[in-house]
Amino acid sequence: MKNFSNTYIFVFSAVMVTIVAAVLSFASLKLKPIQDNNIRLEQMQNILASVNIESTSKDATEKFRKYIVESYVINSNAEPQQGVDAFSVDLKKEVSKIDEVKLLSDKLVEQKESPFKKFVSGFTKSKQTDKQKITNEIADINNSRKLPVYICNKDDSTYYVFPLRGKGLWGPIWGYISLKADMNTVYGAVFDHKTETPGLGAEIKETWFQKPFQGKKIFEDGRFTSIKVMKGGAPKGDMHAVDAISGGTITSRGVEYMIQDCLSSYLPFFEQQKK
Amino acid sequence: MSEREPLFSPKNLKLLREPLSTSNPITVQVLGICSALAVTVKLEPSVVMAISVMAVLAVANVVVSFLRNYIPPRIRIIVQLTVIAALVILVDQILKAFAYDVSKQLSVFVGLIITNCILMGRLEAFALGNRPWPSFLDGIGNAAGYGIILIIVAFFRELLGSGTVWGYPVFEKIGLYNVGYENNGLMILPPMALITVGIIIWVQRSKNKELIETN
Repeated sequence: MKNFSNTYIFVFSAVMVTIVAAVLSFASLKLKPIQDNNIRLEQMQNILASVNIESTSKDATEKFRKYIVESYVINSNAEPQQGVDAFSVDLKKEVSKIDEVKLLSDKLVEQKESPFKKFVSGFTKSKQTDKQKITNEIADINNSRKLPVYICNKDDSTYYVFPLRGKGLWGPIWGYISLKADMNTVYGAVFDHKTETPGLGAEIKETWFQKPFQGKKIFEDGRFTSIKVMKGGAPKGDMHAVDAISGGTITSRGVEYMIQDCLSSYLPFFEQQKK
Repeated sequence: MSEREPLFSPKNLKLLREPLSTSNPITVQVLGICSALAVTVKLEPSVVMAISVMAVLAVANVVVSFLRNYIPPRIRIIVQLTVIAALVILVDQILKAFAYDVSKQLSVFVGLIITNCILMGRLEAFALGNRPWPSFLDGIGNAAGYGIILIIVAFFRELLGSGTVWGYPVFEKIGLYNVGYENNGLMILPPMALITVGIIIWVQRSKNKELIETN
């Protein structure tokens, strides 16, 4: 066997890695538009599935155009966001804003309660302005939220489709939920995931899990209850709960939090529509 | 090398034929079992997986064989791994672009071609010491040997587990359900793939006594 010097080994690896990197980036750049289109088609299929319309990747565009009559983006105060395409909203970023608001709200409460902080802030800066600052920050975030709404017209009825995104056990989970025009009754729901455990958490994308969501109500006497995903099975006749997946507790809980967090951002919109 | 060998000399053909039977990567060398269990629920992903492995293995074999005199032995494993990884990423990207549904079904297993023992095994054992053309044939042969087992297993698992062949409802068409037949749910679960592979190994060894270990 030949003997290679260390310099040769370093040069060889450097050159090889560069070539490989160049080839891969070239392929990635060239294929990106086709892949993005596939993802877009899948999104359309999911939206259609949430209003109980079956579609394949071939007729998705056509059916989407036929049934989804309008789509727009609003903020947390139900004011329309101009010039934003519902499809291109980065849901991951939007959902992280929910956590930001939660964190800031916690700070607000904390400030009220902690006597030590009260004591310290008495020396440093006035509590009032600090509180004001946080409140302003929350308002800013709420104003800049981008919440997509898809409006579907099927058999002379109108349905509203809302995208969802949350955390499962291993990675992100997402889906779409559609409400009837009363903004209370669930018409359909679809969920998907990236890396949940097959046979357990991954079951959220099966019909047996998604079907029971149909007909559930997200309000009780005008109060937002969302939909619980109950371990051990939902009580019979409960309008606000569905069965969880045995062995998929964390994913089930993820679905519950996802629905609650995402839909609660739309509350002002629901109010507006009910009037 | 004084005389040029013909492209399909008996020696070269043997490279293609042997992995299909007497040195089959799955049933004789027992390599690449994990992916064989995972992707064989349906025929379509199995065929795509077989083609992907064939493309990766053949090209990787040729690339490594071309480089064999330039690869420093001390870092040869890393070099082989880089070649395989790059090719697998390429295949994954191409599947995502042109066969999106299938790529979603195969999900993580395309990426796991990298860890498929057959690939490293062939590169290390064959491509590093042979010229590109035999290496290419060796790659095709071994991937075909792997693929054919995958397809046989997938055929039985899909037929008995879901009553379909390539998505076509065979059992429904011939009216088997009307006489009380039901799909065997166990066939869909991974253990049945292992048992099916076991049956293939049994059949193969009872036909070819040379393969039976004597100890």
